[in-house]
Amino acid sequence: MIVEFGDSIDPAINRRVRELFLAIERAAVAGVRDLVPTYRSLLVSYDPLRTTFDRLRRHLSELDAHLADTPLPPPRVVEIPTAYGGTFGPDLAFVAGHNHLTEDEAIAIHAGTDYLVYMMGFSPGFTYLGGMSERIAAPRLKTPRTAIPAGSVGIAQQQTGIYPVESPGGWQLIGRTPVSLFDPSRHPPVVVEAGDYIRFVPVTLDRYSAIQDEIQRGTWTLPVRGVTT
Amino acid sequence: MKTIEVLDGGMLTTVQDLGRFGYQRYGVPTSGALDLFSMRAANRLVGNPDDAAGLELTLIGPRLEFIVPATIALTGADLGARLGDRPLPRWESVVVEPGAVLSFGGPQDGVRAYLAVAGGVDVPEVLGSRATYIRSRLGGLAGRKLEAGDAVYVFGDRPVLLGGALQLPVPHRPIYGHAHPLRVVLGPQDDRFTPNGVHTFLSSTYSVSPQSDRMGSRLAGAAIEHLRGPDIVSDGTPLGAVQVAGDGVPIVLLADRGTAGGYTKIATVIGPDIPRLAQAAPGDEVTFHSVGLDDAYAAVRVQEAALAAIGPIRHGPDVARLRKVAAAVATVASLQRR
Repeated sequence: MIVEFGDSIDPAINRRVRELFLAIERAAVAGVRDLVPTYRSLLVSYDPLRTTFDRLRRHLSELDAHLADTPLPPPRVVEIPTAYGGTFGPDLAFVAGHNHLTEDEAIAIHAGTDYLVYMMGFSPGFTYLGGMSERIAAPRLKTPRTAIPAGSVGIAQQQTGIYPVESPGGWQLIGRTPVSLFDPSRHPPVVVEAGDYIRFVPVTLDRYSAIQDEIQRGTWTLPVRGVTT
Repeated sequence: MKTIEVLDGGMLTTVQDLGRFGYQRYGVPTSGALDLFSMRAANRLVGNPDDAAGLELTLIGPRLEFIVPATIALTGADLGARLGDRPLPRWESVVVEPGAVLSFGGPQDGVRAYLAVAGGVDVPEVLGSRATYIRSRLGGLAGRKLEAGDAVYVFGDRPVLLGGALQLPVPHRPIYGHAHPLRVVLGPQDDRFTPNGVHTFLSSTYSVSPQSDRMGSRLAGAAIEHLRGPDIVSDGTPLGAVQVAGDGVPIVLLADRGTAGGYTKIATVIGPDIPRLAQAAPGDEVTFHSVGLDDAYAAVRVQEAALAAIGPIRHGPDVARLRKVAAAVATVASLQRR
């Protein structure tokens, strides 16, 4: 069953998706096997031996009518330390030049906004972020790279994102974070979830290495704060 | 305990179970057996719970040597299985002696066979499942397919040998052939196609493309006409979703599919018919037939009834053989105690 809330990328629609998602989770609705929240719809997988479409629809309509009883938790902003440019961001110069900016200006724009995590998908731990400025938009690479290191921060058209694991890809790479966005041995395996915000925080290479060491020693805590913007 | 030594991994042999649920929200595909009917049947035939892990064998089967006695069941495709120099019957439990080698001559009917071992394959649980997802190296045996030199461990510190052999009665055993009629429930984006497009989809015969894999069954055939382009704002992709991209050709999404996608989905293949598609070989014919939800639920009950028909084999137990195996078990147990 797919519950559709709209047909566009819109924070208000996405918020409704998340509200119903959380309400179903909390109510532990009988027969529901899995939930996939996306930009504007909620996929509800159910076991037809335990419930039916009609019964489930009635149940979800009731939950939907009482969403005010289960308010969403206040949004979190997860700060992602990012080393921009150099070998970690080989396409920063292109992205800046394409938009008639200096590299520092491009970094300031990219790191100057809280990005809403609309949904996760494409690959484990990949976040679909909203809110990137058009002033740093750039086309995809003509020839995708065959191996992009985990943690790479990239831009494709008006989207920005982080490669959670090493994979091929065609995004313009502008930096890298030492934070592991997906680790199946962790519970949960991700550090940000749909509904959170991401803020990229520029760090020097030295700071990048220091954070990487701390992560390896298990002494690093990801900075998380409330929304201020 | 260490039960099987892999002499040859075959084309694509992976550890699978019923799949990884609860993590699609983070972008983790469910994975799991493509033919869940055969996987579950194999488990039940050896006394395992449905969600125990087993092996999925693809087209060219592996060569496996049993180093301890075991109760096994092979279901799904007929890949020409032989135990030693004798054909291995499918859809029934078989006791295997140490030293026996399971090998495969080549596909006769279907594409994917399932091997269950009593106790269940012992690999670490990753995010609640033992299923292998190769693209992200998740689950299974180190996140990859089986290779020569691997060892397959089975739960328990001594072999599980069942008293009486079980079988799936012959009338319930699928014969796959080369034509696969699939029942579909239209939607969620059937309104994004012209009436002509929906008609094309339901009246054409498609052929399974060699590019099909665990992510999806790619088809070749008549292009399905969109109303206004193939792009949607991404939404979730259920198992069996029939996705139609810009080229108008359908792809049926299977266990390793991405959790969300930005292409229109004209219909969803009903769960009980996914196993048929999982057994379709390149070049096989596929047709789609629209049904309502009640028909789909009825089909689920028919499939459950087939699984529930698993029971004892009528002819008496091979007492001499069981005694021989019991002796072998005693030997192994004493060796392992040392």
